[in-house]
Amino acid sequence: MKRSSKPIFWSLFGAGGMLSALVGPMLVFVTGIAVPLGFLLPRETMSYDRMLAFVASGFGKLAVLAVISLFLFHGLHRMYHCLHDVGIHVGTVLKAVFHGLAIAGTVACIYLLLAAGR
Amino acid sequence: MIMKTYVRPMGWWWLHNPFYRWYMVRESSCIVITAYAVILLWGLMCLVEGRLAFDAWRESLASPWAVGFHLVALPLVTYHSWTWFKVMPKTLPFISIAGRRLADRTIIVSGVVAAIAASILVFLAIFVSVPRISP
Amino acid sequence: MKTASTRNINIDCLRYEPAIDSEPRRQAYEVPFTDDMSVLQGLQYIKDNLDGSLTFRWSCRMAICGSCGMMLNGKPALACESFLRDFYPGGVRVEPLNHFPIIRDLVIDQRDFLVKLESIKPFLIPGDRKAIADGTFLQTPEQMEEYYPFSQCINCLLCYAACPQYGLNPAFTGPGALALLHRYNADSRDAGTRERMEIVNAEDGVWSCTLVGYCSEVCPKAVDPARAVNVNKINSTKDFFRHFLMPK
Repeated sequence: MKRSSKPIFWSLFGAGGMLSALVGPMLVFVTGIAVPLGFLLPRETMSYDRMLAFVASGFGKLAVLAVISLFLFHGLHRMYHCLHDVGIHVGTVLKAVFHGLAIAGTVACIYLLLAAGR
Repeated sequence: MIMKTYVRPMGWWWLHNPFYRWYMVRESSCIVITAYAVILLWGLMCLVEGRLAFDAWRESLASPWAVGFHLVALPLVTYHSWTWFKVMPKTLPFISIAGRRLADRTIIVSGVVAAIAASILVFLAIFVSVPRISP
Repeated sequence: MKTASTRNINIDCLRYEPAIDSEPRRQAYEVPFTDDMSVLQGLQYIKDNLDGSLTFRWSCRMAICGSCGMMLNGKPALACESFLRDFYPGGVRVEPLNHFPIIRDLVIDQRDFLVKLESIKPFLIPGDRKAIADGTFLQTPEQMEEYYPFSQCINCLLCYAACPQYGLNPAFTGPGALALLHRYNADSRDAGTRERMEIVNAEDGVWSCTLVGYCSEVCPKAVDPARAVNVNKINSTKDFFRHFLMPK
C-alpha cells in the first residue's frame, strides 16, 4: 500500500485548527464586528498607523503570519476533504490546488510582511 | 463465490442523520475560516499599498455585507472551536497522571477553558493598547 | 412496573430477494409486542407467524455475538438490545447495515470486512523469543488498560455502517479493523507495530478517517474505534518524519 503524504498537511491542519479554536472566535468578533462598528472597541483600533506599527514589530509579524498561514492550511485542507464527503471525486490535481493555495497564501503573507517592515 | 448482491448508493447521506448533519456543519466552518484568512491577507496587502488603500479596506469591513459575513462566521468558528476540543481526546493516547487515567472530560474542559482564557487575553490586550479618547 | 399488556407496532422491513427483485422493496408487518420484547424478537415473531421468508442473522440474543446488526430508523444498532417499546407508537424501519452489499433482505455481505480483519495481523507478534522455561509473559493491570477497550470488539459491523468514509470508499480499512490493529500494537506483549505500519500509513489506512466519530457513538461495546484510528494518525506522522529523517 502506498504511503500517504497526509502527515505533512495534517500537521499543518492540526496547528491551524488549534489556533483557530483558541483565538478564532475572538479575532472574528474583534476585526469583523467590534472594530468596524465601533462596538466595545473604537474604530481607530485598526487605524493605518496602529496596524503599520503592529506589523513592524516582531511579534506582530509572527502573529499575522501564524493566523493567516495556519488558518489557510486548516481551512483549505478541510475544504478538500469536504469535496470528497459530498461525493466529488478528488484526485492529485485538486489536492495540489487546495494545498498549493495555502502555500501561495503563506508565501504572499511573508512577502507582504517583509515589505511592510521596512 | 459469485453472488448477486445489491449495492445501495450513498446519495445525500449527510442529510439522513442528525449526527451527520452536525458533522457537515462542523466541516463547513472551513469555508468561513479560509475566507477570514483571505480577508486578513487582503487587508495586509492594502496596508503595504498605503494609507488610502488600507482605509478603503477598513471601510469595506464596515459594509453590511462584510459585517453580515462575520456575523455568520462567528457562530461557525465558535462551533469549530467547541467540536475541536470535543474530539481532541480521541486524538490523544491514554494519559496517566499519578497513576490515574486522565478523563476525556478533563481534556475537553481544559481545552474550552484555554480557549476562553485566550479569547479574554486577546480582547484585553487589544483593549488596553487603544489610547483612551478624551471626551 | 408495566403490565404485560399487548400492543401492536408497525415493523417496516426492507426486502430483497435476488431471484425476484431488481432492487429492494419494503414490506410492513403489524406485530403484537410486550414491553420486554426486543426488535429481534419482533422479527422472529414475523418469521414464525407472518412471513417465513423474511431473512436475517441472529444468534446469542444478548449482544455478544455481533450477528444481528441492522439499521433501525436509519441508525446502526443491534436488534437484540433494541426494544420495540422505544419505537412505539411510530413504528420501526428495519434495513440491513449501511455501506455493505445486500445479499438478501436484512443480510449483508461482510466478506470485505473479513479480508480487512485478516490483513492487520490480528495476533501477538512477540519480540525476543522467550523460552518456555522462562515462564509466561507478565503484564501489569496498567499495561492491560492500554489495550483493553479495543479488545472488546464483537465484530458486529455497526461502526462500518456508521462510517461515511467507508461508505464513500470501501477500500478504507475501516474503524473495526483499525481498532483491532491498535489493540495488538498497544499490547505490551506484542512487538509487531513496525509490521503493521504499512496499513496504518496508507491513504486507505488511518488517513481516510475525518473523525466523524459516529463509529464510537454506535459501538455497543465502547471499543472507541475513533480513538484507535486517530491516535494512530500521530503515530503515522511520527513514522513519516522518522522515515524521511533517518539515513536510508
